[in-house]
Amino acid sequence: MTAFREIEENVWELPPTGKMRVPGRVYASKALQEALDEKVREQVANVASLPGIVAASYAMPDAHWGYGFPIGGVAAFDADHGGIISAGGVGFDISCGVRSYTTGIQAQILGQRLEQVAHDLYRTVPAGVGSRGALKLSYDELEQVMLGGAKWAVLKGYGTESELARVEEHGCMRGADPAKVSQRAKERQLEEVGTLGSGNHYLEIQVVDKIYDAETAKAFHLEEGELLVTIHCGSRGMGHQIGTDYMRELGKAGPRYGIDLPDRELACAPLKSPEGENYLGAMRAGINCALANRQVIGELARRVFARHVPEAKLNLLYDVSHNTCKEETHEVNGKKKKLFIHRKGATRAFGPGHPELPPEFQKTGQPVLIGGTMGTYSFVLVGTKESERRAFSSSCHGAGRKMSRMQAKKLWKGSALIEDLGKQGVIIKAHTHAGAAEEAPGAYKDVEEVARVAEVVGLSKRVARVRPIACVKG
Amino acid sequence: MDKDWEHFEHAADVGVRGFGKTPAEAFANAGRALFALVAEDLAAVKESREEKIACRADSLDELFLAFLGELIWLSDTRHFVFGRFEVAIKEPSPGTYELTASAFGEPYDPAHHASTVEPKGATYTALKVTKENERWVAQCVVDV
Repeated sequence: MTAFREIEENVWELPPTGKMRVPGRVYASKALQEALDEKVREQVANVASLPGIVAASYAMPDAHWGYGFPIGGVAAFDADHGGIISAGGVGFDISCGVRSYTTGIQAQILGQRLEQVAHDLYRTVPAGVGSRGALKLSYDELEQVMLGGAKWAVLKGYGTESELARVEEHGCMRGADPAKVSQRAKERQLEEVGTLGSGNHYLEIQVVDKIYDAETAKAFHLEEGELLVTIHCGSRGMGHQIGTDYMRELGKAGPRYGIDLPDRELACAPLKSPEGENYLGAMRAGINCALANRQVIGELARRVFARHVPEAKLNLLYDVSHNTCKEETHEVNGKKKKLFIHRKGATRAFGPGHPELPPEFQKTGQPVLIGGTMGTYSFVLVGTKESERRAFSSSCHGAGRKMSRMQAKKLWKGSALIEDLGKQGVIIKAHTHAGAAEEAPGAYKDVEEVARVAEVVGLSKRVARVRPIACVKG
Repeated sequence: MDKDWEHFEHAADVGVRGFGKTPAEAFANAGRALFALVAEDLAAVKESREEKIACRADSLDELFLAFLGELIWLSDTRHFVFGRFEVAIKEPSPGTYELTASAFGEPYDPAHHASTVEPKGATYTALKVTKENERWVAQCVVDV
């Protein structure tokens, strides 16, 4: 696997060998490349062997070892040429993503109120293991969530209609088929809409720390010193169960279509097969669950701010998903083509002029929101024209882990870590201290390097760097 | 004394591994490894509830995934944490495996169980059910 060669600065390519149908391509600096798990290179090569893959199998600068696909993996498939859809290419946390709000106020005016806001967010937004939502849904209502996404949440009074343009898919993924979601998956979601979950999911209060691109920052209404509110979470129990159910279903279906998998976790079926279509319909319902979830949590956060900081006006900057498979039009060899883009731990990054984007982002491209760690930085980037040819308009999604949870727990004690972060000016509200230790900033790659490389190779461009001042963890 | 269960490393998540004299015992112990992620002190989990589980599969590997999948689903929908399992595995015909089990536990309480992560699903990564050195091992990585 050491056969990856740097074909231009920060672009590493593995020519097709063995069963690979296309090259493998990793976007990484020397430092990131050296730190890359050998498994990632293996997984990039495995994805390259899947039927109907177009152009290349990509790994973003934050890539790490995933399930079948690397986390930070991007691959496009052509349904007309035997292209597949893979449950491993989406993952268990369907449509996990990041949503940020601008507030129009400078962080410093918060003063003592920061602690109050953080505490109220911790109390108001259910998080942690076994957390239940403020909402208890009937199966009929859940069906509306699966079909309507963020649009459903707005109809229920969570946020406003005008925000929907600032959610990918305009807040509602078309083609969702609730009938293809198992009863068990639905049951897992009845009380989980509006919950943050656990692990690396969070709700943060952040400060814009540095501006890289003044013009785009202005268009995004981002100012240095401004307060932001950011949510990182996914589709919760339903998404996890859809992943579980279809990993098994597609695992059985693949061999029936003569698909020879190098790794069981790649479990896939042709897009043009009943099994593939079933998964697509179910996965899209999962996407809508995640969009609804973040819409509800965002509104809960907005209400908290209204109670403590009425001068803050939470305006949605954007909502991105980073575990998806979406049908999009892309240019291949000069021709426009409909393709199914798997992004597993990778963010869509449409550039300026893309017809899917609302008018306010036509000149700039879409905001690409990158979640960092609770002790370092997160980034707002913007989609570029170049990203289209680099990786079907995709970019990185976060810092990317470099250390296992077990190692992190050995190295850090949750309570000491929370105290240290407090001294650095980050209030941590965590439901468990051990959970915080597993998410220690030192367990992650250097997010600044990840964002820098994403810009240098043209996957997206840095607009602003933000640092957390309060973080609610599961 | 040899351990009944353990966790093993994975880059982003964590692996669960159970040992036993039989596959059934290894499954039961892997179940404990799974819930040791949710409750730091398994021994302190009270047995106030019992849930029945039944599943079937074409191989022991698949049966193990189905078993862990059932446990994750039960825990998520019933809000339970389990501390002990009784598992029976039958092979009524070659290549068909049936599992019946009882899971003993109590309602999840963050104040007592101090969970660090919430299992999302059991994966094919590092999945195996095999006999090694006279002991059965059942293991896989769990997405958390």
